[in-house]
Amino acid sequence: MIDKIFYALSIATILCACMVVISKHPIRSILFLVATFFLISAHYVLLNAQFLALVNIVVYAGAIMVLFLFVVMFLNLNKEVEPYKGFLPWLAALVGGGSFFLIVISALQKSNLLQNENANHSIGLVENLGNVLYKEYLLPMEISSVLFLIAMAGVVLLSRKEKIVNE
Amino acid sequence: MSWIILKIIFISVIFGLSLFIAMYSTYAERKIAAFLQDRLGPNRAGPFGLLQPLADGVKLFFKEEFIPMKADRWLFLMGPGFFMITALMTSAVIPFGPDIIVDGKPFSLQATDINVGLLYIFGVVSLGVYGILIGGWASNNKFSLLGAIRAASQNISYELAMGLSIIALVMMSSSLSLKDIVDQQAGWHWNVFYQPLGFLIFLVCAFAETNRAPFDLPECETELVGGYHTEFSSMKLGFYLFAEYINMFISSAVLATLFFGGYHFPGISSMEPGILKTALSVGVMFGKIFFFIFFFMWVRWTLPRFRYDQLMNLGWRILIPLAVINILITGAVILYKMGL
Repeated sequence: MIDKIFYALSIATILCACMVVISKHPIRSILFLVATFFLISAHYVLLNAQFLALVNIVVYAGAIMVLFLFVVMFLNLNKEVEPYKGFLPWLAALVGGGSFFLIVISALQKSNLLQNENANHSIGLVENLGNVLYKEYLLPMEISSVLFLIAMAGVVLLSRKEKIVNE
Repeated sequence: MSWIILKIIFISVIFGLSLFIAMYSTYAERKIAAFLQDRLGPNRAGPFGLLQPLADGVKLFFKEEFIPMKADRWLFLMGPGFFMITALMTSAVIPFGPDIIVDGKPFSLQATDINVGLLYIFGVVSLGVYGILIGGWASNNKFSLLGAIRAASQNISYELAMGLSIIALVMMSSSLSLKDIVDQQAGWHWNVFYQPLGFLIFLVCAFAETNRAPFDLPECETELVGGYHTEFSSMKLGFYLFAEYINMFISSAVLATLFFGGYHFPGISSMEPGILKTALSVGVMFGKIFFFIFFFMWVRWTLPRFRYDQLMNLGWRILIPLAVINILITGAVILYKMGL
């Protein structure tokens, strides 16, 4: 049962991710990316990590993608002003993408995908995650949270209107 | 198997109730507006105008369906639907009453008690803006686009303060499950007495997130015609307006759950568990919800609309610092009580 759900989800995720690249319309690309994040969250739920699943939705789908959409809506998306891209960038993209694909396939072939039988299945629950973060990794956790707080204070500071002095 | 059937019945009841309450909220809003402005309000359809929401619904269904020529057809149709879905999703984690005993087994009056319920609410609220953004952009109208962009920036700004005010609450309750948070507030230990500042910040953010006056800038009719729903007609417009009332109902339920003790009332612990206790608890919960819905309307017809720069100033320069201070105070008090 879980296997079937996993395969259905994976196929849907990959299809959505492909549509992000294939879709010619930027807004639709973004909406497909949002759908991809949702499907990845569903994968997290399958792995019994509800906390991670919801944080993924709050941060990526709820905040970052709204900002993306916000910026793209400001762009002037006319067909006429789209610059003509020649043959060379197309070729470069093909070679680059192809070789990356080759590397990934060879890496996957060499690795042994054994199942970890002793895996802790409840590590993704919020209590366990909190215990790990606040007991074993307290210092990095606190330092990164202070960094985020500084970033937020910086936004408030930057948005302050500078008094223009007329000379 | 009977458990699943019960759950399905319960979820359908909550779904129907959300729609019903949203429907009669439109009536209540017009009556309250009339009262505050010394008018009569709707009183033609049925006794006291009680059939007015039905008449409005029928009218919206039979209005002409119009899609602008240059609109993005699919996204234009998706917008209202998405807004409605996100509005209805939140009620899944709200506990509406204490457990009842069915066939000797406890059955909780909550669709699902996930251990990250608070985050779930927060996540769904942050998704609500997509319906407005998609609909506003797809209409291919400058006023709609401006409304949509206002909605996006407003939601992102107020989400931050809302999240920070919730953090202080979570520090006290040390649980993200709404059921736990409600049960900790039994017997006058309402969170509003312990977190008055957090409650105030959350309340202001709830107004901003539901796009209600005095923060209804996305549909500010004096500047933007109709804001994000300028181009919508018929039931698509109806969905947008209706979803706003559902959002209000859910926000009121969340406010009652987080800060006002949910379904708890004084003297609940001394009562025998039974049908009377359950009925009273559910009644008290809905009483609190109705009070907050009334409060939303009361504020709408009392306060004038904010200017856009005032809105952003309030969010970034007042609410966020206040919320951070609230977290610091809460942390200090918790440490003091633990006897540092």
